[in-house]
Amino acid sequence: MVFLTLHDAVAQYVRDGDQVALEGFTHLIPFAAGHEIIRQGRRNLTLIRMTPDLIYDQMIGMGTARKLVFSWGGNPGVGSLHRLRDAVERGWPGPLEIVEHSHAAMANAYEAGAAGMPCAFFRGYRGSDLPSVNHDIRFVTCPFTGEELACIPALRPDVALIHAQRADREGNVLIEGIVGVQKEAALAARSAVVTVEEVVEDFGPRSSNAVILPAWALSAVVVAPNGARPSYAHGYYSRDNAFYIAWDEIARERETFLTWMRENVLR
Amino acid sequence: MTYTPAEMMTVAAARALDDRDVCFVGIGLPSAACNLARLTHAPRIHLIYESGTLGTRPDVLPLSIGDGQLCETALTTVPVPEIFRYWLQGGRITIGFLGGAQVDRFGNLNSTVIGNYAQPKVRLPGSGGATEIATGAGQIFIVMRHGARSFVERLDFLTTLGHGRTGRERRELGILTKGPTLLVSDLCIMRPDAETSEMVVTSLHPGITRERVRHNTSWDVRFADTVMETEPPSAEELEVLRELHARTARAHGSAGGGE
Repeated sequence: MVFLTLHDAVAQYVRDGDQVALEGFTHLIPFAAGHEIIRQGRRNLTLIRMTPDLIYDQMIGMGTARKLVFSWGGNPGVGSLHRLRDAVERGWPGPLEIVEHSHAAMANAYEAGAAGMPCAFFRGYRGSDLPSVNHDIRFVTCPFTGEELACIPALRPDVALIHAQRADREGNVLIEGIVGVQKEAALAARSAVVTVEEVVEDFGPRSSNAVILPAWALSAVVVAPNGARPSYAHGYYSRDNAFYIAWDEIARERETFLTWMRENVLR
Repeated sequence: MTYTPAEMMTVAAARALDDRDVCFVGIGLPSAACNLARLTHAPRIHLIYESGTLGTRPDVLPLSIGDGQLCETALTTVPVPEIFRYWLQGGRITIGFLGGAQVDRFGNLNSTVIGNYAQPKVRLPGSGGATEIATGAGQIFIVMRHGARSFVERLDFLTTLGHGRTGRERRELGILTKGPTLLVSDLCIMRPDAETSEMVVTSLHPGITRERVRHNTSWDVRFADTVMETEPPSAEELEVLRELHARTARAHGSAGGGE
């Protein structure tokens, strides 16, 4: 583990054509890291995320992605992700291949990746049309009971980028609140980059069961205060629900979207 | 007290829940109904959101499935893989509460695309948790606004299994959970026919005619032998629901809350 600037961490660990997972289930979405990937002009990425959310809407709209692996692609409680829809429905700014799963499948696939397994088994996809459009969804028979189970490849991203509340001086990372699939994504990936709100001397009193990623399991830690906005960091700031609602108008048209990105991300 | 069709729908859906239920809650209409039940007749209902929050008691309706308040008011918060593996797949959820863009006569749901999958007219959000909730939860309640474009003869895509395209698929696939046992809309309540599993109208909301339901349903909708009239929302139900929405709107800086 090394402490790096956001610029250097992205420059070093995210390459054109990589499979990249930015995780954070509504909470702790690594917006600052996603914006840096956009600013450095990465191309042809395979973006992996259970809920693409605004961050992948922005990355897709800015042309960073060739492919999207996901399980729920909406603006939560608001409606569509217009840039994702424009890419799928009209191929703008370029064609976007999609690999579509359910939440249970993605969660199991990250867990399998973290566990070093080639694939994940679970009781899923029964009666759904999804297996007919995603050939990564197969079925196997349990050798003990004969039950048919869904089977999908493990997720093994080239790099996972996540956001957390804090790191200590050694670069161990503490995650609190809705922990989503961040631990699984970080351990499934070949490299794991964590942005944090702050670095503290030590974590102080905490539960023995606190979610902590040891420094030696990570590639880089980056100090990025407010790095999850407009998502949120439990204990630091709240989700900017008004911005999620406002994004619907900003992203609806290509021009307003590009103007917003130029003014707020590309700077 | 006068009320809107949307309020009737939420109240009717809330009444179907009770204190013993462990409910896997979707965002929007299901979330409003589940929290209304918790704030009225079912204070001990256990609400679970797929973000990992167990036994959550939010004061306002969350905009997203993972708003901070869900975690702050929860008994505990577990990782997302655990929610799907231990709690849902493990068989501990009694009711899954779902919506969608399209529903058919057997309670199958589409939340994936309108039009062709490869070249969709409208790309919808997709499955989220629904595909496995539909088979993992003990039974499924569906809440959706009635309309000819959403209550369709044929789904463009079957995201989430109800009783299947024939009404017999759950049994044929060896699925032991019940699937959709209740569909609440802003016009009526539907339940599956005991023989065919087709969703049939069992109760009309006050002032709603059979003709209106037929007009807003694209399949040749059937009515139960005895069709009841849904009891209108009580003053208490309306008051609690409106306060919940008012708190929610103040919290999100908009008219949010899924209504």
